[in-house]
Amino acid sequence: MGSIEINNDLKLLKKVYTSKIFWPLTALILIFVFDSIFIDGFTKITIKEGNFYGIPIDILKNVTPLLLISIGMTMIIATKGIDISVGSVFAISGAISARLIGGESVPENSYFIAILVALLISLILGTWNGFLVSKLGIQPIVATLILMVSGRGIAQLITEGQIITIYYEPYYFLGGGYIPFLKLPFSILIAASVFVISILIVKCTALGIFIKSIGINPIASRFSGIKVSRIILLTYMFSGLCAGIAGLIYSSNIRCADGNNAGLFIELDAILAVAIGANSLNGGKFSILSSCIGALVIQTITTTMYSIGVSPEKLPVVKAIIVIIICLVQSEKFRDKLKAIFSNKGGMKIENI
Amino acid sequence: MKSDNNILTMKNISKTFPGVKALNNVEFNLKKGEVNALMGENGAGKSTLIRLLTGVETFETGMVVLNDKKILVKSPIQAEKLGISTVYQEINLCMNLSVAENIMIGREPKKFGMINWNEVELSASKALKNLNIDIDVTKKLESYSLAIQQMVAIARAFYFDSTKILILDEPTSSLDKSEVIKLFEVIDILKSKGIGIIFITHFLDQVYRISDKITILRNGELVGEYETRKLTQIELISKMLGKEFEELSTLKKVKEKENSSDIKNLFIKTKGLGKKFSVNPINMFIKKGEVLGLAGLLGSGRTEVARLLFGIDKKDCGEMFIEDKKINIKNPQLAIKNSIALCPENRKTEGIIEDLSVKENIILALQSKRGVFKYIKESEQDKIAKKYIDLLNIKTSNQNQVVKSLSGGNQQKVILARWLLTEPVLLILDEPTRGIDVGAKAEIQKLIINLAKEGMAVMFISSELEELIRCCTSMIVLRDRSKIDELFDEDINEYLIMKTLAGGKN
Repeated sequence: MGSIEINNDLKLLKKVYTSKIFWPLTALILIFVFDSIFIDGFTKITIKEGNFYGIPIDILKNVTPLLLISIGMTMIIATKGIDISVGSVFAISGAISARLIGGESVPENSYFIAILVALLISLILGTWNGFLVSKLGIQPIVATLILMVSGRGIAQLITEGQIITIYYEPYYFLGGGYIPFLKLPFSILIAASVFVISILIVKCTALGIFIKSIGINPIASRFSGIKVSRIILLTYMFSGLCAGIAGLIYSSNIRCADGNNAGLFIELDAILAVAIGANSLNGGKFSILSSCIGALVIQTITTTMYSIGVSPEKLPVVKAIIVIIICLVQSEKFRDKLKAIFSNKGGMKIENI
Repeated sequence: MKSDNNILTMKNISKTFPGVKALNNVEFNLKKGEVNALMGENGAGKSTLIRLLTGVETFETGMVVLNDKKILVKSPIQAEKLGISTVYQEINLCMNLSVAENIMIGREPKKFGMINWNEVELSASKALKNLNIDIDVTKKLESYSLAIQQMVAIARAFYFDSTKILILDEPTSSLDKSEVIKLFEVIDILKSKGIGIIFITHFLDQVYRISDKITILRNGELVGEYETRKLTQIELISKMLGKEFEELSTLKKVKEKENSSDIKNLFIKTKGLGKKFSVNPINMFIKKGEVLGLAGLLGSGRTEVARLLFGIDKKDCGEMFIEDKKINIKNPQLAIKNSIALCPENRKTEGIIEDLSVKENIILALQSKRGVFKYIKESEQDKIAKKYIDLLNIKTSNQNQVVKSLSGGNQQKVILARWLLTEPVLLILDEPTRGIDVGAKAEIQKLIINLAKEGMAVMFISSELEELIRCCTSMIVLRDRSKIDELFDEDINEYLIMKTLAGGKN
């Protein structure tokens, strides 16, 4: 009896060990452990003015834009595509809403309309990307490069080259407000709902298996009756929408619209989040959850660096080193080599039988 | 013995790929001013031979003699320098450059270090006039037809007088009739200049029109070299397929044909269904409860008919009726919804989704038939997968195993399961037994017959005549992208099929 139990335990252990989220989650936990030991008051959560405050809450709040974009990016990468225009869509979305509200304490248009128009335009931009990729067959990186480059210009046009500062107070709620009863930032709720909805869509409809299948073999998928180009189009639309929501939150958080710098290089962070989440950039199987953990890892590193006082110039270097370590640990080849080095001490390598 | 006027002699050529002997002691000869047609079915070794000759790959044993000199070709560029030029089916020229630029690129005449454009145009049009072609060389290449583009490729190859051998690899497969005639005129000019031509094609008529000699390969071995005039079409086919003609001629006699318009259980009727460069207009009757075979050589249009019926390719002429209702199958999903299923020819590229599990591979087509929102629950998936693993005897540890770890035969069964699950009325099987072991082969053949007995219409495509004869109750014979005849019951035998293939329709 005992041996069977141990066997079951081992099986469970193996399942945990081989699951997609194991390594990203380990990395996240390690960074947290490091932080709570070396940074004073890292884990401290206090209640100020009836709301939760503290570094973990800050991380959750600041990660929302990246998290949202990573969710969209995960789906696209799963179809063997990529979307490098998300930063521009992010900026455009913020620019539109700020422009529609205007720089006065009395809004030019209602906030509701501003959000609606910004999201609609984001969706249209995503559709444009998807159209180029799925209907015209342009390589995803080239197709989305078009909008990446021109999008910044469009955002500048919308804000007329200015940084629009917002004085209309309700605008701040999206990125900086708190949910009354949960006492948590509102943006976390938005990110959490998009996360839950996308997980539900992937798990409760056939979209998940269709996306996987297309990423692995689009031709065989077409032979199986899957409408390949329609589904690819959908993933780009979804990514555009995610980037749009993220742009709104960000713009609300910094209380202005900056066409030049909003979401600059966020596409690279999002791709990195997907990669840290152990999702193959070659498409196929994917996990939204592990991409989100990847995004959290990135944000936690950034926050940590600021907390221990690494200067902003050095930040990218330190970040790069940590990311390289995470990626190496995730690489099965690298782990095998490490194992070989340690197990070779006695001479012959012992094979698992 | 000194080869009298052979410009090319290849002797004792052998080449092994991992696990396969691609060529075994093959010999090939080419004389000046001669067209030698290289013939053989899939996997016969034609392309390997050409790849060795042009230096894309190296051979293990054997030697190549060009103009009485032993040569060792190491790269395609070296082959071109030695005078061996190749024009491929896919034209590799620059479409957005002018004809003159395409011919002269890399060898532009210069004057004071600048390109002399007058000279470029003059030389280019001269090179084309040598082939009896008179076109405006300053226009972009893309503005001309495929045939002309091919001529430009040939003219480019012949700009230097050093070219002695021209390899034409499937040059006519995307040309229409008048363009083929034009190409043959060019070949005649080249012949008269003493150039040796190696001609590879699947079109039998063209072989007889243009070639002087036929070299036949089969399974990597040389079957023989024959003078075209002395080899009848039926002999050619029997040699390509490896069947002795005399042996067969004693077999069954012709029975009177059934009347194909008098049909019960009709499922699909096509009227002049076709697509340019793919299938010439074809009339078919597909009946429930029968196994309809498609026989034909490689490139005869067998696979293309299947692709057309299943909506992978869009038809550009004709009509299709399902149960007497006119339907235009625009995509595979529509085909699935109309109870058609297709097990494609290339299991790896068109069939399995290799990183998905057996279970997911099985339910994929049913899921796309039902649509995105009617998701088949995991528990139901498990039940379905288990049922079909038992039913088709798929050897896998469980339904969650990744499909790429299965053997070829079992992968094929997974795809069969995928389609049986959609409960098709017409099941199209394109080479379902290729590359799988004998046991699995027999199982699949048995399954085909049983499915038809249960009332399904099965369309069976195979290049192995034995299995077609064993399974089919009626057969369409295709040649050069057209249906040439239909055979029924007792008429389905090797002798008649080959005779029909050879064009000896009585």
